[in-house]
Amino acid sequence: MSDMVEIVKRISGVNPRKCMKCGKCTAACPAYDQMEYHPHQFVDMVETGRLGELMESKGIYMCLSCFACLERCPRSVEPAKLIEAVRLAVIRQQDKNHLKPEQIPPLLDLDLPQQAITSAFRKYRK
Amino acid sequence: MQVNESFRPTIVAFCCNWCSYAGADLAGTNRLQYPADVKIIRIPCSCRLNPLFILRAFQRGADGVILCGCHPGDCHYTTGNYYARRRMTLLFSMLDYLGIERERTRVEWVSAAEGAKFAETMNSFVETVARLGENKRLEDLRCKSE
Amino acid sequence: MQKIGVFVCWCGSNIAATVDVQAVSDALAREPGVVFSTNYQYMCSQAGQEMIQSAIREHGLTGVVICSCSPRMHEATFRRACEKAGLNPYMVEIANIREQCSWIHKDKATGTEKAVILGRAAVAKVHLNAPLTAGQSPVTKRALVIGGGIAGIQTALDIAEAGFPVDIVEKKPTIGGKMTQLDKTFPTLDCAACILTPKMVDAAQHENINIISYAEVEEVKGFVGNFSVKIRKKARFVDEAKCTGCGLCTEKCPQKKVPNEFNLGLDQRRAIYIPFAQAVPKVAAIDPDYCTMLKTGKCGVCSKVCTAGAIDYKQQDEIIEREYGAIVAATGFEPISMEKFGEFAYAQSPDVVTSLEFERLMNAAGPTGGTLLRPSDGKHPHTLVFVQCVGSRCDGGEKGKPYCSKICCMYTAKHAMLTREKYPDTEVYVFYIDVRTPGKNFDEFYRRAVEDYGVHYVKGMVGKVSPENGKLKVQASDLLGGRQMHIEADMVILAAAIEPDRSARPLATMLTASMDTNDFFTEAHPKLRPVESPTAGVFLSGVCQGPKDIPETVAQAGAAAAKVIGLLARDYLTCNPCVAESSELMCNGCSACEKVCPYGAITYIDKEFRGPNRTTLVRRVAQVNPAVCQGCGACTVACPSGAMDLKGFSNAQILSEVDAICK
Repeated sequence: MSDMVEIVKRISGVNPRKCMKCGKCTAACPAYDQMEYHPHQFVDMVETGRLGELMESKGIYMCLSCFACLERCPRSVEPAKLIEAVRLAVIRQQDKNHLKPEQIPPLLDLDLPQQAITSAFRKYRK
Repeated sequence: MQVNESFRPTIVAFCCNWCSYAGADLAGTNRLQYPADVKIIRIPCSCRLNPLFILRAFQRGADGVILCGCHPGDCHYTTGNYYARRRMTLLFSMLDYLGIERERTRVEWVSAAEGAKFAETMNSFVETVARLGENKRLEDLRCKSE
Repeated sequence: MQKIGVFVCWCGSNIAATVDVQAVSDALAREPGVVFSTNYQYMCSQAGQEMIQSAIREHGLTGVVICSCSPRMHEATFRRACEKAGLNPYMVEIANIREQCSWIHKDKATGTEKAVILGRAAVAKVHLNAPLTAGQSPVTKRALVIGGGIAGIQTALDIAEAGFPVDIVEKKPTIGGKMTQLDKTFPTLDCAACILTPKMVDAAQHENINIISYAEVEEVKGFVGNFSVKIRKKARFVDEAKCTGCGLCTEKCPQKKVPNEFNLGLDQRRAIYIPFAQAVPKVAAIDPDYCTMLKTGKCGVCSKVCTAGAIDYKQQDEIIEREYGAIVAATGFEPISMEKFGEFAYAQSPDVVTSLEFERLMNAAGPTGGTLLRPSDGKHPHTLVFVQCVGSRCDGGEKGKPYCSKICCMYTAKHAMLTREKYPDTEVYVFYIDVRTPGKNFDEFYRRAVEDYGVHYVKGMVGKVSPENGKLKVQASDLLGGRQMHIEADMVILAAAIEPDRSARPLATMLTASMDTNDFFTEAHPKLRPVESPTAGVFLSGVCQGPKDIPETVAQAGAAAAKVIGLLARDYLTCNPCVAESSELMCNGCSACEKVCPYGAITYIDKEFRGPNRTTLVRRVAQVNPAVCQGCGACTVACPSGAMDLKGFSNAQILSEVDAICK
């Protein structure tokens, strides 16, 4: 898992140590109520190596990539990039979390952000 | 020439007056041992050291030269050690180009409170230079009086 | 050829135990130029010093080498002793055979051998020593304080009390600075005006203080003890000598729509104005950007009502040139602009204010007469949200400042407490990242706000403020409670970061004083010389050196004054004679030395030289000001033509030491 933390840091380009835990990202997050972990916690979980829990969380697909957290962060930590990297890390795990196209329609949820669905289709189309 | 077991190198240490020279004094006050091969020359600031002085030392038979100055940001003259650092970087690349072993020259930042660091630095530097053996490449035999 | 005497000290057994002192003095006696060599138990003792002195007289010594403890210990002692015997003190060199030889080597043979080599190096250096005389430069006994805030006022008062004349240059029409705008001061809650305005009056009435208001420093020349400064006194179109400060003109002026900068634009003033009732000097000034008379030539109301005849529409800027011995920078701070923080809706809603604006809204002399009213509709606010660290502790660049502004935690606690005290029906939230209260009675103060006044302190930041239907919707996160908060606030108060005043950077350039990347002045030493600039004769007072609260500012102002008094109390300054020196004949005028000099000690002049066939050549050559040069030697290495050398540590001297050691 520590390799995975390094991979997430590398592909996101985020240094979680820069975070001073002010919580402005979380305060700015419009999807707060949909997530079990919130932006400042994403950063903390990567920093403390609790990446597994984060990868298993469904909340990471609720991130709209609106980049409000990235825009507001006073320390330029950019949590949105981190969460996108975590999503990529999940996809890169082979034989896990792979959806087939026919599995998707029943999962469709009007509250689910469209971006996550379209990117899922794009990624799992084959 | 064969490496002599009893070879003692000649080492010149340039120390800035405000930090490293005081650090060397502190090493003495605390009776911290380092080899007698090290001879210290006091200069007002590490930026007083003309890199040519180092070449001259090698030419006259020094086996190693070390420059000690205040830590970056602590220079008594505000910016002197930054100049020293840049000049030494250039000198190092020139020595590399000439094929002089890189380990024969060194820059270390030693504060007035770091007597132990001074002694450690000198011990390790003397050991390194002793392992390299006598400096033959830059020595100018015409300068040898005896 | 020098006649050199060598004196080897035993230092009791400190040296003699591991160095054969007799062997050292015998070996050094055989060095070229050495005419006398001896050893003695305690060279630094009275008897030892007399021994040196008599040897100088008897043998006509021109140079002395003392093999003893570190020069940091007794160099000054031996130099003084030799000077008494008629030898130039800079003809003395110390070979450090205690700290750097006897104490670190256990083997006597090794120690003796090294001591001889160190002595030889010192002898080789003395051969090239030249007598040096410390120069003297006179001190102008007058100080200049730039900035008339609490820092500048306190520094000026302290210097003036010691009996030296001081000029305060203030760019605004009145002294007082930021503290005049404050309501109460933490942690004692005494009113800022009550403690500041008497000091302003003291400064104005002090016989040694001369206030030059509405003026800016335009040029600084010279060096420690001898600064020459040009000050531009801006035209205020009112004769300071005649104006009585009655304020009639400020009531009659028909131009009423000028934003009042004293109240941070929260209300309006006239085109002719006195910044506030307790202004010092209490003299009106005309704002040329708004005055109808100055712009169109038609009006002249103020001139008609002024019974003292003080209005002068034709007044011009005046240049004052004066000499000073010391300069104190006390330029202070400004809160940063809130425009980059769109998420807090500062530009969209008048009810989002900065803390300094909030001070004015709470102040009895402010636009609301001290009643807290919302700027938008003049109604009493019920829910107030304070946001801390707005622009502080950012990672630099566009977003804000990387440093902690230091004062915000405390003034926010003060605002929250005062609000709750005056209006118990309010709900007050403070969103913080960390509460930093290092200071006497500071943490107790903050705890009182929480425990006694019921201020809601929430760990977390505000993410967004959106004005909706006359309210401010605040979305924030309570990190410790793990919940998202949505507050319908009436007012949002932003604790804006502070930054050095914009005038500080050009001033630092004029003074050749160094600054850090945030435009705060750098101190000569961060711990041991906190009120001095690395540039000799320039001192620092107040926030221009770094964020500070009022007690710290006053303490530093007093410290700066003490340093200034110490300088001005001297008639002459003795200069360090080990300074750089440029050979005019070798200098090629390239300016390399000028660029590396941290003190601005090197200037270039055009000088005439004799050319061939009775012609004259004009060449650009470097000149070192020995009163400014501190002798670091950076220039000597930068000089490509070898014209620059350092007295006392010349190239030849250092090389002779190198040769002696490598032989």
